[in-house]
Amino acid sequence: MTYYVYLIFNGDPVHIMEGFLPAIWCIVWFAISIPVIALGIYKLNKLVKEKREILPLLAVAGAFIFVLSSLKLPSVNGSCSHPTGTGIGAIMFGPAITAVLSTIVLIYQALFLAHGGLTTLGANVFSMGIVGPVLSYLIYKAGMKAKLNFYFVVFLATTLGDWATYIVTSTELALAFPAGDVLSFAGFLSSFSKFVAIFAITQVPLAIVEGAVSALLFKYVIEVKSDILVEMHVLEDSVVRKIRGLSA
Amino acid sequence: MSRKLELIVLALLLIFAAQFFYISSTTNAEYGGADDKPAGVIEQITGGTYKPIANPIWEPPSAEIESLLFALQAAIGAGILGYFLGYYRAKKNYENKLGYKEKSKPESDRHSL
Repeated sequence: MTYYVYLIFNGDPVHIMEGFLPAIWCIVWFAISIPVIALGIYKLNKLVKEKREILPLLAVAGAFIFVLSSLKLPSVNGSCSHPTGTGIGAIMFGPAITAVLSTIVLIYQALFLAHGGLTTLGANVFSMGIVGPVLSYLIYKAGMKAKLNFYFVVFLATTLGDWATYIVTSTELALAFPAGDVLSFAGFLSSFSKFVAIFAITQVPLAIVEGAVSALLFKYVIEVKSDILVEMHVLEDSVVRKIRGLSA
Repeated sequence: MSRKLELIVLALLLIFAAQFFYISSTTNAEYGGADDKPAGVIEQITGGTYKPIANPIWEPPSAEIESLLFALQAAIGAGILGYFLGYYRAKKNYENKLGYKEKSKPESDRHSL
């Protein structure tokens, strides 16, 4: 038993371990996540049909999630944890498509690494593939509207999206395991603060590094392929010219 | 080309590495995730009554194999990233060169006329 409790975190606050949500909560999170994944698949098909030239960019966004979520880095309290890498996909393609990309990575990790799980897939997709990317996307749009520095906005969107993922994971765990065994607001809060305390220390530095690396990847994409980002309304032409002017 | 962003990212990575070395040398935290602080939370809350409803279908038989599969995941991703960024870079380079040729041709034609 202790072994399994330890495995949930296995020092990894990103995903909830296989079997570690009561059945009812597994169903709830699947019920919320499946429509979003379906919407994502629909949008993905439409986008690929209309603009085949985005496929390589899609591969880049997916690959970035693949790389970052495999980087288990040691963190302050002695446990390991890893970044999510979903910010790039959210900014380029929106949250629904990012949910699809995240699902692929989560299934890989659940099947081959016993990392996360199939019963908890719905909950993990909800935190990593939906809430994080939605927040990243919103922050990105708001930041660009406010005409802040582009790289700073990417950094902010990715970092906060990453934190949101952990806060949601904590929420999911606290809802399933409220203090006092019965779901009450006080019980929820007590459990939530316990889970969040573990995650906060681990995730704060990691998310900052993730944000910085994401901004750097964006720089390279803009250098070689800015036209497609303009076409997809990710960036305005004037912003590209400004960035080019600054970095030229 | 400005390398300002690269320098900022490098600085952040160094700070991250430094805090890791500092923490790992001043505390005796085990970096295998064997920290029992997070481990006990669910047990503590439920009093050890919760039984997982499912077990992983397959688990990596050892920590080494788990690392191997994590590395494989990173390698697949990094390969795709490198391939497409390189593809775009070469394509842009080539198109630029081609673009110059095409542009310069009609101009020279006009001059000759």
